[in-house]
Amino acid sequence: MLEVQGLTKYYGLKRAIYDISFEIGSGQIAGFLGLNGAGKTTVLKILSGFLLPTSGTVKIDGTDLVSSPDALRACIGFLPEEPPLYPEMTVRGFLRYLAQLRGVATRDLKRQVERVTESTGLTEVIDQSIGSLSLGYRRRVGIAQSIIHDPALVLLDEPISGLDPIQIVEMRSLIRDLAGDHTILISSHILTEVEETCDTLLVLKEGELVARGSEADLRERFAAALSVRVAIQGAAEEVRSLVGGLDVVASIESLRHNDKECVLDLTLQRDEPEALASAVVGGGFGLRRLEPSHNELEGIFLAATTPRTPTAEQSEGEQT
Amino acid sequence: MNAALLIARREIAAQFQSVIGYVIVAALLLLDGLLFHSFAMSDSKDLSSKVLAKFFYMSSGITGAAGILLSMRLLAEESREKTIVLLATAPISDWQIVFGKWLSAFAVVTVFVALSIYLPLLIVVHGSVHPGHLASGYLGLLLIGAATSAMGTFCSSITSHQLVAGVLGSVLLLVMVTTWWTAKVAAPPLDDVLAYMSFYDKHFLPFTTGEVHTRAVVYYLSLTFLCLLGARLALGARRWR
Repeated sequence: MLEVQGLTKYYGLKRAIYDISFEIGSGQIAGFLGLNGAGKTTVLKILSGFLLPTSGTVKIDGTDLVSSPDALRACIGFLPEEPPLYPEMTVRGFLRYLAQLRGVATRDLKRQVERVTESTGLTEVIDQSIGSLSLGYRRRVGIAQSIIHDPALVLLDEPISGLDPIQIVEMRSLIRDLAGDHTILISSHILTEVEETCDTLLVLKEGELVARGSEADLRERFAAALSVRVAIQGAAEEVRSLVGGLDVVASIESLRHNDKECVLDLTLQRDEPEALASAVVGGGFGLRRLEPSHNELEGIFLAATTPRTPTAEQSEGEQT
Repeated sequence: MNAALLIARREIAAQFQSVIGYVIVAALLLLDGLLFHSFAMSDSKDLSSKVLAKFFYMSSGITGAAGILLSMRLLAEESREKTIVLLATAPISDWQIVFGKWLSAFAVVTVFVALSIYLPLLIVVHGSVHPGHLASGYLGLLLIGAATSAMGTFCSSITSHQLVAGVLGSVLLLVMVTTWWTAKVAAPPLDDVLAYMSFYDKHFLPFTTGEVHTRAVVYYLSLTFLCLLGARLALGARRWR
């Protein structure tokens, strides 16, 4: 449904994204993962037709977005991170205006506005001005405007940013309900969000696509990198000296200590926590706890987006 | 409905949902009335046609100001509030966006110009005025309104601050007005070029006395088109940033 080939964008001399290629099938939900500044928003802005790429192609059902922008923009709905809204308009007026602008026939306007306000839970505030709505409702209006013309592809940039926990659950449910009728691409730096909602993950790092696939595919690919938290009885310097010298340890992410124990967050070279355990015990230290320090997706994300061996200054700086 | 008309309709509604639109139109009408009383009616010996010419003379400046003031926010505000994405990702052309925005400002300028009709009607009641004189003066005012609205729309397309757009538009208008005086001290052939560019003296003055020159109409329409073209190019250039 969506084919992206060699997408590159420069802002002046600054490279924002480079040679990004991927495909998403019809009705799927894909998630763009990456740290802030990784290029997620730039990709979505290009896919929405708001920006033009420096090079590369974007095809929707085989039609190129750059050569036929007007035809394809009608098939795309876009919610930027900050919902673009006219606060003086009512929800109904705003949605009618955008539906007309995006080519919805006059005879279908009423039905379409009612359908979308119902599916996004906006019926009770439909005649209120947008400026008087809470952040959660304004985000819903943002989603409603992105689907008011029934687009095949919906692009959502950080859709749960700034929402409270109840609103987050509601928003996830809303996004899942949209899938099937629409192909959805979500960008986020919040791991649980994409874990809960997406079929496919696309991991961006410094403007390049460093991993893609289902969570299971990526787990398999990045299985070698395992983040663990270990609590060891002993003096901080001695514990650091022992752990830092082990082959199985790729890096010490952080080290905290109190009177009873040192707690270290480690990235292992390979999936052999037992080697770490026996080395600690064999070195005469008390092993109090050894557990995964991140959930699986977080481990994948860290393995794909962070350097494997941090510098000495980084480790020093994280000591408390 | 055409996308440009939709955009214009929303923009006009936004202007008059806040007090901004009313305040601008009311303030300019007040200024128009005061100047009419103190400037156009200053000499009781003037004939009706001269009073009317004076009215169009001073009203042209206020109409120019109205064009700039009502258009300076059009695209700058959309950029600042980031709502420009709604227009730029809709299946419409940049021309439709620019034309719709300009049309909204021009429509309000037209309302302002139309509301000022009571002033020349006072002359009609107390004197004798040829309808053609009235029509040519109002045509001139509308052409000035169209051109200055387009200037404001262009300046609004190159910045995200409406005040900056307003200042740029005012400076642009002043430069074009003063080219008449610059032309007088410039050497040929630059003097002819500067004289032709003159926004006011060369092209508008005949309208105040009831004359309609085709070249003046072409000048104002060309200026309007060029400014809108500039705005369209500025809008298109955003996609390449």
